[in-house]
Amino acid sequence: MEETAKSGTDIKGLIKSLPPAPFIIGGFWVLVLIVAAILNMPWVWLISDSLQRAAIWGMLVLAMVPSIQSGTGPNFALPVGLCGGMLAMVTAIQLGFTGMGLLVMAAGMAAILGIIMGYLYGVLMNAVKGSEMAIATYTGFSITAVFFIIWLAVPFDNPFLGWFIGEGLRNTIALGPMAANQVLDNFLMFEVIGLTIRTGTILVFAVFCTLVWLFFRSKTGIAISAVGANPMFARAAGLNVDRSRIIANIISTSLAAVGVVVYAQSFGFLQLYDFPMWMAFPAVAAVLVGGATAQRAKVIHVVIGVILFQGLLTTVPPVFTEILAGADMTDAARMVIQNAIILYALTKIRGGGK
Amino acid sequence: MIDSRNDFASRTRAFLTNNIVTIIFVIFVVAGYLSSPGISVSGLLSEVISRFFRNGLLVLALIIPVMAGLGLNFGIVVGALAAVLAIIPVRYFGIGGMGGLLLCFAIALPIALLFGWLTGKLYNKTRGQEMIAGIIVGFFAEGLFLIFVLFIIGGVIPVAAGHPMIIPRSVDGVAVPGVGIRAAFDMGAHATHPVAMRDPYHVPGLSSAMDFLWRIDFTVALFVVALGVIAFLVIRRVMAKKNKAIKKSTKLVFGLKCGFWGLIALLALHGMLMPDGMIFWFPGAGFGFQAPASPIAGTGMIPVVTGLVILVFSLLTTYFTKTKLGQDCRSVGQSQHIANASGINVDRTRIIATMISTVLGAWGMIIFLQNMGTVSTYTAHRQIGMFSVAALLVGGATAAKAGVKNAVLGLLLFHAMFVVSPGVGRLIFGNELVAEATRNFMTYGVIGLSLGLHVWKTRKAAERELSLDAFDPPPPTNGNGGASNGEGGDSSIKEMLNAPSNATADTVE
Repeated sequence: MEETAKSGTDIKGLIKSLPPAPFIIGGFWVLVLIVAAILNMPWVWLISDSLQRAAIWGMLVLAMVPSIQSGTGPNFALPVGLCGGMLAMVTAIQLGFTGMGLLVMAAGMAAILGIIMGYLYGVLMNAVKGSEMAIATYTGFSITAVFFIIWLAVPFDNPFLGWFIGEGLRNTIALGPMAANQVLDNFLMFEVIGLTIRTGTILVFAVFCTLVWLFFRSKTGIAISAVGANPMFARAAGLNVDRSRIIANIISTSLAAVGVVVYAQSFGFLQLYDFPMWMAFPAVAAVLVGGATAQRAKVIHVVIGVILFQGLLTTVPPVFTEILAGADMTDAARMVIQNAIILYALTKIRGGGK
Repeated sequence: MIDSRNDFASRTRAFLTNNIVTIIFVIFVVAGYLSSPGISVSGLLSEVISRFFRNGLLVLALIIPVMAGLGLNFGIVVGALAAVLAIIPVRYFGIGGMGGLLLCFAIALPIALLFGWLTGKLYNKTRGQEMIAGIIVGFFAEGLFLIFVLFIIGGVIPVAAGHPMIIPRSVDGVAVPGVGIRAAFDMGAHATHPVAMRDPYHVPGLSSAMDFLWRIDFTVALFVVALGVIAFLVIRRVMAKKNKAIKKSTKLVFGLKCGFWGLIALLALHGMLMPDGMIFWFPGAGFGFQAPASPIAGTGMIPVVTGLVILVFSLLTTYFTKTKLGQDCRSVGQSQHIANASGINVDRTRIIATMISTVLGAWGMIIFLQNMGTVSTYTAHRQIGMFSVAALLVGGATAAKAGVKNAVLGLLLFHAMFVVSPGVGRLIFGNELVAEATRNFMTYGVIGLSLGLHVWKTRKAAERELSLDAFDPPPPTNGNGGASNGEGGDSSIKEMLNAPSNATADTVE
C-alpha cells in the first residue's frame, strides 16, 4: 500500500519535474510543420530557415545562462551588451576593416566593451538585489536611448556609415560593401536534401556553447551557480556573492556584444537606433522555452529553446498566412506566445505563489 | 549628543537623496526653458496645462497599488486597452457627445474590472516581482488585443461593408465587409468644431466631449484655485483650534502658505484684468506708472469638467486611505505577513487594489483619447504605463510611497520636460533632433533611477537594522519573518538571512 503510494508520487514527481514549455511549444511547432506539409508548402525550406535563425539568435540566448545561474534572473538588460557590440562594429567599419578581419576586430572590441559595460551593469544589479528584472528592463531601455544620442553624435565619416546629407549614422548599415555579410554563414556551407546548413555560424554558436558549458564546470563557474542557488549558504561557505554576480553579468554582457556581431553578419545589415530595445524579450522567452526557469538554466536549455522558439516564429507566419488567406497574425501571435512564456516563468519564481 | 551642524548636513543630504529625481527634473526644466528662446511662459504653461488635464487621471490610477505594496502598476496598460475596447463600439455606432462618452465609461467599467481581476490574480502569483510582471502583462495583453481588433472584428463579429473604421475590402469594385479596425480612427468632431458647424446634419462626436462642456480662461481658474486653497487653509486652521486631532502647523508656515497663494491670486488677477499691461496716469498728481503685460495671459482655456473629475478622484484617493479597505491596503503594503496574521485577506486586498487601478486607468485613457481626438488603434496604449509611471516618480513618489501631491507635481514637471527637451538637445548636442531621444532617455532613466535608488535604500536600511540586531540577543520567537513572500529587496534579504537560522531550527527539531 505504502509502496504504491510512493511510486504514484514518483511518477507524479517525474511529470512535475519535466519542464512543460519545451513539450508544449515543440508539439505546437511539429503540428504547424505537419500542417505545412499537408498544405504542400516547402517545409524543408522552413526548417532550413528556422535553423539559420536559431544559429544567429543562439549567442543572444546563451547570454541568459550566466545571469540566470548567478541569481540575477534573465538578462532583461540585453541591450547593454548589444549596444556595446554595435558600437564595436561601427568603429571597426570606420577603421576600414573588411571581410573576416572586420568581424574578428569587431568581436574583439565588442568583448572588451562588453566586459566594461558588464562590470558596471553587474555593480548596478548588486545594488538592486530583489528587483533586478524590472530595473534591468529599464536599464536596457535607457541604454538604448543613450546610444540613440551617440549614433546621432559620433563624428564617423565613413561614407557607408553616414547619411548622404546631414549628421548621424544610418538606420541600417549594409555589410555588403565591407564584404562582411554572411562571411560565417558561407564558411563550409553545404546542402543536404534541400536543407542549407550554414556551418560557420552554427560552429561559432557551438564553440561558445561549449565554452560556457566548460566555464560552469570551472571553480569560478561552480561558485556562480552556488551563489545563484542560495546566496546565504554561498556566503557562509566563504564565496564572494557580489563578485560572482558581477563576473556572471560580465560574461552575459560580453556574449550579447559578440552575439550581435554574429547576428549582423548573418542578417547582412547592422541596425542601429531602436533595434536593441525589444531584443531582450524574445531571447528570454527562448531560454525559458528550452526548459530553463528564471532561476536555473543550462546550455542545453539554450540549444533546445532557441531552435524551438525561433523555429516556431519562422514557421507560423507563412503557414498562418496560407490558412487565413493573407491575414498577417505574426506579430500578435508572437507577442502572445513570447510573453505568456515569460509570465509563466515569473509565476514559478521561488517565493512566488503562496 | 548629535551635533547640530552635523544634523543639518545629514538632513540636507537626506533631502537631496530622497528628492534627487525631482531635483534633476527641476534643473532640466529650468535649463531647458532658459535655452529655448522660442518658448514664452504662457506657451510653456499652455502646453503643460493641457497635458496635465489629458493625463491627470492616468497618473492618479497608480497611487492605490503603491499603497498596497504592489509597486508601480505598469499593468495599467491593460486598463488602457479596456478603454479602447469600450470606445470602439461607441464610435462604430456613431454615438457622440457627452452621452456617448458616458457610455464609454460604462462599457469600460466591466471590462476593466475583469482585466484588473485577472491582473491581480497574476500579481498574487508573481509576488515580489509585480513590476516586471506588470510590464510583461502589458505586452501579453497587447498581443491578445491585436488579435481581437485585427481578426475577430470582421472575422468573427460581422461588420457593415464600407464602414469608415474598418479596413476596406472590395470584390470586383464592390465594397464588402472588411476585417479588422484601421490603424487609426478619429473620435468624431465636436459640435463646436468648424467642420461640424458647417454641417447642419452633424452628429456630435466624442472628440473633446468632456473638455468642451465648460471652459474658462486659465487666469480665472488660477484665481479661483488660489482663493480656494487660501479658504481651505483658513478653515483648517479654525478647525484645528477646536479639534485637537487635526495637526496644527506653526504660524510661520501658515503665513508663508497663505502669502504664496495670495501672490498667485494677485498674479492671476493681474492676468485677468490687464493681460496686455496698462498705463496708469494721475493727471492731478502729475504722476503715473505702467503695469507690465501679464506673463500668464494667453495660456488658454481650461476644461473645467475634466478638472473637476480629476479633483474628485484626487479627493477620493485621499479619502480612500481613511476607509477600512484603504487601511487594509496600507497594512498589506507594509507587511503581508503581519497583515495576514491580523486577519486581513491579503490576496483579496491586493486584487481589489489592482482592480481599482485598472478601472481608473481605463477611465483615464478615455479622458486622454477624447482630448487627443484620434485613436491610434494598435499603439495608443503603449506609452501609457511608462509615461504615467515616470510622471508619478518625477513627483517624488517611490515604489513604496505615493500620494496625490506627487501625482500633481510630477505631471507638471514631467510634461514641462517634454516641452523643453528640444532646447536641451540644442544646448548639449547642438541638434534638436536629439529631442526625441532625450525625452525617451529621461523617461526610461527616471524609472530606472528611482526604482534602483528605492531598492538600494531599502536594502541599506535592512542591513543597518540587521547590524543593530546583531548586538541584541535574538528574539525567542524567530517568527520566520522572512516567510512573508518578499516585497522588493527588503524582505527577500531578510528571508535569505533568516534561512540558516530556520535551517538550524529544523535540524534541532
